[in-house]
Amino acid sequence: MELVNIFIKSAFIENLALSYFLGMCSYLAVSKTVKTAFGLGLAVIFVLGITMPINWMINTFLLGENGIFGMDLTFLRLILFIAVIASMVQLVEMVVEKFSPALYISLGIFLPLITVNCAILGGSLFMVSKEYNFGESVAFGLGGGFGWFLAIIAIAAIREKIRYSDVPPALRGLGMAFILTGLMGMAFMGLMGIDPNAF
Amino acid sequence: MAETAVVVKEKAAPIKFGKKEKKLLTDPLNDNNPITVQVLGICSALAVTTGMKNAFVMSIAVIFVCIGSNVITSTLRNIIPSQVRMIVQLVIIATLVTIVELTLKAVSFESYKALSVFIGLIITNCIIMGRLEAFASANRPWESFLDGLGNGVGYGLILLIVAFFRELLGKGSLFDFKIIGATPDYLLNTTEIGWLGWYANNNLMVLFPSAMFVIGIVIWVHRAWNPSLVDVS
Repeated sequence: MELVNIFIKSAFIENLALSYFLGMCSYLAVSKTVKTAFGLGLAVIFVLGITMPINWMINTFLLGENGIFGMDLTFLRLILFIAVIASMVQLVEMVVEKFSPALYISLGIFLPLITVNCAILGGSLFMVSKEYNFGESVAFGLGGGFGWFLAIIAIAAIREKIRYSDVPPALRGLGMAFILTGLMGMAFMGLMGIDPNAF
Repeated sequence: MAETAVVVKEKAAPIKFGKKEKKLLTDPLNDNNPITVQVLGICSALAVTTGMKNAFVMSIAVIFVCIGSNVITSTLRNIIPSQVRMIVQLVIIATLVTIVELTLKAVSFESYKALSVFIGLIITNCIIMGRLEAFASANRPWESFLDGLGNGVGYGLILLIVAFFRELLGKGSLFDFKIIGATPDYLLNTTEIGWLGWYANNNLMVLFPSAMFVIGIVIWVHRAWNPSLVDVS
């Protein structure tokens, strides 16, 4: 029950894209059509779900004071996390290419792009700062990925429609995407109630 | 006269500061701004702009990492094998970010707490990776230094503009100094009054959607002022 709570919370209330602004670069760059957004969203769920438990284990068993080295190595955290993410993305890419070429082609260049998607590294860092245990970190990873997936699908659908609207020329494209994301953020904020001390 | 001076300098050392170098430095401030034109590094730009102080610290950190990683990568550009270049670049960036993180923790623990994970996220800040890929891996260290400085400052500039409006309208202050509006302090039973005492702080400006609106408006103004940037698609 606790895990379901964390899943729901990380997917909706603390949405990685719409309340922490993580992964905004690919979120804005890849949200021009729903189809590509769908592929990227799936890949993000997958990579977040895999890297989160691995980074949890690294943080606990290698870097912590109770780990195998018996000393505080947390200053290595960033380097190890990003190395895990880069190598997991590489691994996922090879596995998908081997076993499901169709999915590989539909994901295309978005798989390698995920390495520099800050939602992935950000998720791992949040997991550390929130002191989750193993099961909770899995739920947090999957929930966070699902929330990001929902957000990018929604913005892509809106951007497809708004192309037919009469937007001032200087605001077309990127500017409008920002304002739409702000409006979506306000909608998501309704889920937690306005909390002025949120920051 | 200026011409000869440049030539003399060029003979003495390869480091020079001519028109091309100046363009490297000023381009990212306007025509090729990392945030409003290249759409890189948005995540951190939105999250740390609740106050001028955070935005300022973040800008300094990004400028440092951007310059450092650009110079190191371009110094090593002929040694790094191209197959593993992403991982090498990530290690360079991660090392510099770790330096920044530990320095900030030692110097200003308060800002370190306020910026929390966003200092760590400089690693995945696309500006840095993007400049390494697009510029530093093919150019000499001096030009890369200028490019890093220009992009870092271009990023910081937008950050400070956004933070200015968000902090002024959301908290009525700038760099934590009271400017406009009145804030009652119920603990001390006093009221801090700035100019325009009738102004009530708009809490929405401190929350996340307003960052989107402010950046959207900055982009709008920027493109209206510089029509060559308008998105035609």
